[in-house]
Amino acid sequence: MEIGLNHYLVLSTILFAIGLVGVMRRKNLLLLFFATEILLNSVNVAFAAISHYYGDLTGQMFAFFVIAIAASEVAVGLGLLIVWFKRHGSIDLDSLSSMKG
Amino acid sequence: MEKYLYIALFAPLVSSLFSALFTATPKKMFTGIVASLLIFSSLVSSFVLLMYILDGGEPVHVEMMTWMATGHLYIPFGFIVDQVSVTMMMVVTLVSTIVHIYSIGYMDHDKGFNRFFSWLSAFVFSMMVLVMSDNYAGLFIGWEGVGLCSWGLIGFWFHKEVATWAANEAFIMNRIADLGMLIGIFLVYWNTGTLQYDGAFAAFSTLDTATLTWIGIFLFIGAMGKSAQFPLHTWLADAMEGPTPVSALIHAATMVTAGVYLVVRSGELYDLIPNVGLFIASLGAFVALFAASMALVNRDMKRIIAYSTLSQLGYMFAAAGLGAYWVALFHLMAHAFFKALLFLGAGNVMHAMHDELDPFKMGGLKKVMRWTWIMMTIASLALAGIFPFAGFFSKDTILEAAFAEHHFVIYGVLLFTAGLTAFYSFRLVALIFHGEERYKIFGIHPHEAYRFMLIAMSPLLILAMIAGVFQVPFFEMVEEILNAHEYHIHSHTTLLIMLVGTQVFVALAILYAYKKYASWSSVPDGTSAIENSFVYKLLYNQYYIPYFYEEYIVKSYKEMSEVFWTKVDMKIVDATVDGIAGIIYGTGEKTRDMQSGNLSTMLKWMVAGLVGLLSLAVVFGLAARYSDEILSILSALGV
Repeated sequence: MEIGLNHYLVLSTILFAIGLVGVMRRKNLLLLFFATEILLNSVNVAFAAISHYYGDLTGQMFAFFVIAIAASEVAVGLGLLIVWFKRHGSIDLDSLSSMKG
Repeated sequence: MEKYLYIALFAPLVSSLFSALFTATPKKMFTGIVASLLIFSSLVSSFVLLMYILDGGEPVHVEMMTWMATGHLYIPFGFIVDQVSVTMMMVVTLVSTIVHIYSIGYMDHDKGFNRFFSWLSAFVFSMMVLVMSDNYAGLFIGWEGVGLCSWGLIGFWFHKEVATWAANEAFIMNRIADLGMLIGIFLVYWNTGTLQYDGAFAAFSTLDTATLTWIGIFLFIGAMGKSAQFPLHTWLADAMEGPTPVSALIHAATMVTAGVYLVVRSGELYDLIPNVGLFIASLGAFVALFAASMALVNRDMKRIIAYSTLSQLGYMFAAAGLGAYWVALFHLMAHAFFKALLFLGAGNVMHAMHDELDPFKMGGLKKVMRWTWIMMTIASLALAGIFPFAGFFSKDTILEAAFAEHHFVIYGVLLFTAGLTAFYSFRLVALIFHGEERYKIFGIHPHEAYRFMLIAMSPLLILAMIAGVFQVPFFEMVEEILNAHEYHIHSHTTLLIMLVGTQVFVALAILYAYKKYASWSSVPDGTSAIENSFVYKLLYNQYYIPYFYEEYIVKSYKEMSEVFWTKVDMKIVDATVDGIAGIIYGTGEKTRDMQSGNLSTMLKWMVAGLVGLLSLAVVFGLAARYSDEILSILSALGV
């Protein structure tokens, strides 16, 4: 069986769903970052696959951009996370409710 | 010449805006002086234009800019100075210059000195727009402008409840009439396709009589409001709550004559519909008598003069309605001079008497106020139409016109009214200036007005005396434009008898007034027989018309408004608006729990929103792709 575009897209969808569930269900901030990474990379898979399918490099370039942005986002996010942990001793999401309106 | 036109028109506007800068500051003498100078420059420009027109110059017609141009509607800001408007411009600027200078003295101690000049100059500007416009739309703008300024000036002392009430009454009554006028203007546009005077008049001859009659009636309704003709007359007497210079300028000399101006201006229309003209003349004659009768017994100096204005406006309408437009315009001019003089004299008396208005509480003032006495006597003689003063020439021509046109009833009414006019004018003069000094009981120490006020009034005094000499030049000037002709009574004997008879009749009325009132010694207290007679009460209460309006129109209107307020406004309109607000507020109240501050919950909502938007995108995408099929299914279902 040859692996075609559909397979990649199905994989991307599954990964996206897993990421989405992770974003909704996880209470640990660190694992939330993992879930966002899964989301972003599921999209990357779709970008690369479609780019290859059309023979157009734009999609793959976009995937690189996403990777770069994701890396910087995680760097900033982890920095904030460490500061938060030092202050409060917990990275549980339910303890982060100072934004309550 | 255009330069003079623009100066005449815009100098009052500059004056008004300049004075308006200082309305919030204490009295500044220079606002009065600057305003007077600017109005005077307007007078000089008008005079230059008058000389130019008298020399036989072509009417000056300018189109300053386009005002409205949509589709077939084209209305420019156009101004015309022809024989009719230049007459009005002279009257307006002359009287307003004098009133401006006089007001510097009259409003001397008033806190609103600067504000007063701002309003007064704004009035002059509006009046100039009214008389100089070359189309009905511009005339209407000026018409509304003078109405607004009249409101502001009647209610100038707004801390007095009567003043604000009178201001509102004048404004609302004029609004009612203006609706009629607006309909008239719409009809003109609808039927002729233009609002320019020349274009509209040229098109009138092609219209059928019924349409013209409606146009004539509706335009005249506007004139009735502005010129306070019956039944919209009650505001004029109440308008006397304003400062006296305002009464002299607005409610005697200029604004109230705007209705006459409108009829004269639309003369070519009224020539085509003599029936409406006859109605106007009859109403005019009726108002002349009606107003004069109310002036007979009134005990308020300014109201007496106001009724006399009303009565003279009736004369003007009688003349205009009979097609004697030039006579109406001439009487308008002569009346402006002596009536403004009379009002300004009354202002002097009011100042001297500390705002006392009841002539029965005055008496013997000629000793202390010699010049005011002379001025008011001459103004009254002119008003009564005694030879050789201004009123003789204008009023007698009206009588002659009525006689020559064979409207003997109108002639009779006007002649009788001339006697009444003479009587009430000299009743006032006799009560104020002659007889015992009754004011001493009230502890008042009267004094003559400032010298410069008297000097300011002197041009009016001279004009009230000599305005008759302008009759022939005036006739020659407007002859062509107003299609004027002299009124000849064929038999010289008849003419002589009429002239002498009128003079004798008027003179007898004056003598009777002097005999009855010149030696008056007591202040009436409502107990004498005459004060309790039915006629006296009827006249004193103005035929109970204000009472009737109050009782049957104002009250029922108020009740109706109450019902609409509680039932319609509160229950339907307000309820709808409040309901919408309530729904939005309630939704907000319910959904604010979403904003829990918990990151995990917010992420879930975010995902929910994403899913929602995605599903919408899918639904619309599918609907767009299969739109043809969906439509065919729907049409099959009969939707």
